[in-house]
Amino acid sequence: MAAAAKKAPTKSKAGAKPPSAPTTPKPADFNKEQELEAYRGMLLIRRFEEKAGQLYGMGFIGGFCHLYIGQEAVVTGMKMGLIDGDQMITAYRDHGHMLAMDLSPRGVMAELTGREAGLSKGKGGSMHMFSKEKHFYGGHGIVGAQVSLGTGLAFANRYRGNKNVSLTYFGDGAANQGQVYESFNMASLWKLPVIYIIENNRYAMGTSVTRSSAETDFSHRGASFKIPGMKVDGMDVRAVKAAADVATEWCRSGEGPIILEMQTYRYRGHSMSDPAKYRSKDEVQKMRSEHDPIEQVKARLIEKKWADENELKAIDKEVRDIVADSAEFAQTASEPDASELWTDITH
Amino acid sequence: MPIEILMPALSPTMEEGNVSKWLKNEGDKVAAGDVIAEIETDKATMEVEAVDEGVLGKILIAAGTEGVKVNTPIAVLLEEGESASDIGGAPAAKKADAPAAAEQPAPAAEPAAPTVAAAPKTEVAADPDIPAGTEMVSTTVREALRDAMAEEMRRDDAVFVMGEEVAEYQGAYKITQGLLQEFGARRVVDTPITEHGFAGVGVGAAMTGLKPIVEFMTFNFAMQAIDQIVNSAAKTLYMSGGQMGAPIVFRGPNGAAARVAAQHSQCYAAWYGHIPGLKVVMPYTAADAKGLLKAAIRDPNPVIFLENEILYGQAFDVPKMDDFVLPIGKARIHKTGSDVTIVSFGIGMTYAVKAEAELRGMGIDAEIIDLRTIRPLDLDTIIASVKKTNRLVVVEEGFPQSSVGDFIANQVSQRAFDHLDAPVITIAGKDVPMPYAANLEKLALPNVGEVVEAVKAVTYR
Repeated sequence: MAAAAKKAPTKSKAGAKPPSAPTTPKPADFNKEQELEAYRGMLLIRRFEEKAGQLYGMGFIGGFCHLYIGQEAVVTGMKMGLIDGDQMITAYRDHGHMLAMDLSPRGVMAELTGREAGLSKGKGGSMHMFSKEKHFYGGHGIVGAQVSLGTGLAFANRYRGNKNVSLTYFGDGAANQGQVYESFNMASLWKLPVIYIIENNRYAMGTSVTRSSAETDFSHRGASFKIPGMKVDGMDVRAVKAAADVATEWCRSGEGPIILEMQTYRYRGHSMSDPAKYRSKDEVQKMRSEHDPIEQVKARLIEKKWADENELKAIDKEVRDIVADSAEFAQTASEPDASELWTDITH
Repeated sequence: MPIEILMPALSPTMEEGNVSKWLKNEGDKVAAGDVIAEIETDKATMEVEAVDEGVLGKILIAAGTEGVKVNTPIAVLLEEGESASDIGGAPAAKKADAPAAAEQPAPAAEPAAPTVAAAPKTEVAADPDIPAGTEMVSTTVREALRDAMAEEMRRDDAVFVMGEEVAEYQGAYKITQGLLQEFGARRVVDTPITEHGFAGVGVGAAMTGLKPIVEFMTFNFAMQAIDQIVNSAAKTLYMSGGQMGAPIVFRGPNGAAARVAAQHSQCYAAWYGHIPGLKVVMPYTAADAKGLLKAAIRDPNPVIFLENEILYGQAFDVPKMDDFVLPIGKARIHKTGSDVTIVSFGIGMTYAVKAEAELRGMGIDAEIIDLRTIRPLDLDTIIASVKKTNRLVVVEEGFPQSSVGDFIANQVSQRAFDHLDAPVITIAGKDVPMPYAANLEKLALPNVGEVVEAVKAVTYR
């Protein structure tokens, strides 16, 4: 997804009084290029994750593997609102975030199979990948830990006086961790440029939000800290992009943090070994057939005659080829040399 | 070409499973994402989704079959334009992806090499030479720590201090006195009382290349933050394959102060010393406090810097030099001797030093080694000394089980057993939560008499 880097917006009006708390904007009007960019970006994540699931089934990927299928619009729409240098950090369901941040599919897949050519030389695995170059700060396996870390990225932006924003992702489950609120407090107190993106996929592993959360409106979770929040249709990439624009503008103009509750859904289980018996098949099927983020874009592209079935098939093939190449690479690349056991422990 | 659907592994530990039900029949059209079968694993009954689209050409393993090994072909999928006759012999069909997969289901399951190479040794530089005639200035540990931070903050704008009461209050123990006035609120940051949160904020900032000094009012409170210290700060360099680390210092008073009871009186040297990826420093003298804190701030790794409230006010000579930096990972021979080696660190050194004076009166010439750094541990210096004295006593205030002394005794017994003329004696705090009552607190801590007795025991006096 080669999203063209936008210029940082200049402060709207010198001396203008602070804007009032933003409200959920209407979905963005996408032009043809944007629709195609979103389509391709989401499709890459979907196909990549399907392939990862398959490789897991074949024993090439071990341990824990959390797939992002269903939630693709969230990272794709957010990425479309970024400028160069903006950071992203998330938890363990992270493959989609990495692909959205343009990390190499080969590097990600080879990390999943634990190979030397993986982004972390095979020493991190599914939940722990990073890229300083692409401003991707992981990949964290401890639920909620990335929220304090992401707040620290924003702290660094403010310390350096740049215009960059930290995109800090976490789930509805992590939203109940204590350090999230410690971070909210500091971020608001110090007006740190951080967007807290709560990916509410309705289930914290197997516990539904209504069974785990006293306040299920996550956009209100910052209320005690004076952090505004917006509810966003996380299945509609245009709605996500519009929210990203509002939120990044808010942060870049020095207003401090903001919360985006992305209402989304994961089609697969929490991890590969989750039979997902805590929800009905109808519920999953309904989301897939009525709200699928990729199908929505596809339908618009066809309706507006911006692409026909053949052109979409060509994109599909191109994406499948990238994924097949990454899978082939990840299965044939060599395992890390034994000497790697002892490297990278300290500098 | 027809695609074989293989028996999938559906948990980190699954090797075989049962095909309990087929949800598609031969001849059914299948789209990617459609559930085609149910498989019973060692943990649950799982649905199997198709990855590719096509027509289910043939079911190879009937519903109800048990003990099907992972990666066994269970069905064949026909792509557009193919018919069942294309299947031919199933073995000739294209494997879903990897030709080698069926034969090598789990590359990771290969037996590990029988021997594992030892960790490579890293050389640590010796202390810098102090030029003859260098003025020595009597300095408290408190002042030395402050001077170290101020010097490094002048030198590098990426260095900043954050913690509770570090700015306007001038430090709960006045270690950051004057820093706010010199460096301003941007670089001397008062935090809310929120250890877990600000430790994580510090680590996040460090991952971008800033060099935070995070002050914990005491290390007892850092238990709230230990996940960020261990899981985020210490492990990121390894987990990122060397791409990204956390150049951060966590510092503050550690161990028992006086009469503050169990929750505020605990030594964390052994706790953090356990963790690969961390460096752990615990100075005794003001000179070491200064030189090592400057080194810790410059170090690209996370450093745990364990101070002691009782030592803050003690004065030691500190060389007056422009840039006095000491090596992390190098013990210091505090006093040379020939009859016995006493190893200690931090406030433990106060017992060792006093005991040595008493022992001298008894005609016992003790060598005292101040570890200064707990991790990486300078075992070479200890072992060289033991080879000379053949006797070893280790002194620390922390709890006895799995203590720093335990590890040293173990390593010395493995590496210098033949040089020992007596069992190693480890002196630690008593195995009890720290009591409040003055007399009980005294009993819980090590004392000089214990050290003297231990030395007498290993020297058979």
